[in-house]
Amino acid sequence: MLTVGRGRSLNEGMEDSLAVALAKGGDGDAYRLLVERYSRGVFRLAYRMMGNEQDAEDVVQETFLRAYRHLGRWDGRSSFGTWIYRIAANYSLDLLRVRKRTSVTSAEGDHPCFGPGPDRLLHSREVQRQVAATLETCSEMERTAFVLRHFEGQSIEEIGVALGVSANSTKQSIFRAVHKLRRALEPLVNHP
Amino acid sequence: MIDHPNEEQLVLYYYGESAESAEHLAACENCRESYQALQRVLNTVDSFPVPEREEGYEARVWDELKGQLQPLRPWYRRWPTWRPVAMATAMAAMLLAAFFAGRTTKRPALAETVQLRERVLLVALGAHLERTRMWLVEFSNARPRDGRLDIGWEQGVAESLLEENRLYRQTAASNGDYAVTALLEELERVMVEVAHSPTSMPARQWEELRQRIEERSLLFKVNVFRSQFENREAGRSTTL
Repeated sequence: MLTVGRGRSLNEGMEDSLAVALAKGGDGDAYRLLVERYSRGVFRLAYRMMGNEQDAEDVVQETFLRAYRHLGRWDGRSSFGTWIYRIAANYSLDLLRVRKRTSVTSAEGDHPCFGPGPDRLLHSREVQRQVAATLETCSEMERTAFVLRHFEGQSIEEIGVALGVSANSTKQSIFRAVHKLRRALEPLVNHP
Repeated sequence: MIDHPNEEQLVLYYYGESAESAEHLAACENCRESYQALQRVLNTVDSFPVPEREEGYEARVWDELKGQLQPLRPWYRRWPTWRPVAMATAMAAMLLAAFFAGRTTKRPALAETVQLRERVLLVALGAHLERTRMWLVEFSNARPRDGRLDIGWEQGVAESLLEENRLYRQTAASNGDYAVTALLEELERVMVEVAHSPTSMPARQWEELRQRIEERSLLFKVNVFRSQFENREAGRSTTL
């Protein structure tokens, strides 16, 4: 139970739709619930899109600001999570376009590594470096479509609607991203 | 001849977007190997690490955000979207009523009809200028970040103001009120520019617009006209 300042309690299990309705009516505590529920997920998506923590943090802030301003546009047809991830993806896309991908991922510095032995650690590091480097070589659209499909599990149709492109164009973006990843990773993964 | 699925079909199958290849993969070893190679690559991508956020991260996001949320919903932003439309419709209905009343009643009633029409116009125009003033203040006081400004809200308001503004400008022009017409024309140009700009406006464009608003003293003029309308309306109320 989340206790709030006006002697009222918000149930953490409250449905998103109810929290949105309360937030629309000016209830900041209800919006806080949504922010706390989705901020980690938005950060993960933003990090995968932007490739560095600072930009990802900016995306998180801007995403929740934009969502708040446009709460009235959420019609409940998609889940609130899907809607907010779309806002995050679109803002990341804008940012990537503006910066023309000048902020290069410091792959080794940013990415923690897992694995017990030094060989596996080195291998894992190389794989992660390749994934980050390949995502960097993808166009903004390829990267966004791929991240939304692969990491967020959104359907091709949903991604097309979110990005304002056709389903076919979304498919092609995903295919190109997968093709690039395959070319970069196959020597490491299939013939380590 | 057997149709082996290509890479694109395998990708669709991997993501569950199509089940077409399932039967073929069960029967064709070469394709199955090819699919497994794709699977290994895409599964590896899942290991792309994301730095863990510290405990209490959610609360930190909220703390940084909440201060910025308050000014975003002042009372005038909560105006229902139907309000300008309803106001314009009501005004049009009253003008029409006044027009027909003028046609069907004798001469002495005409003066009262004109007064009523002017009064309705003053009230509606005063409210329009008040909204425009708040919009101009909000836009001028915005602060771009990273060389850009998100004008999503300002655009929405500009579009709604634009419709009202055109209506009032045409009415003012047909009444021969050139000073009000000129002001509304100037406002309309700024509204059009904001409404047709990208949502993420470059800071330079915002600065140019802000300077134009300042150089042409638009806020000052809006305030002056608004006060005049209020005074005229107050004067009329006491005499009616």
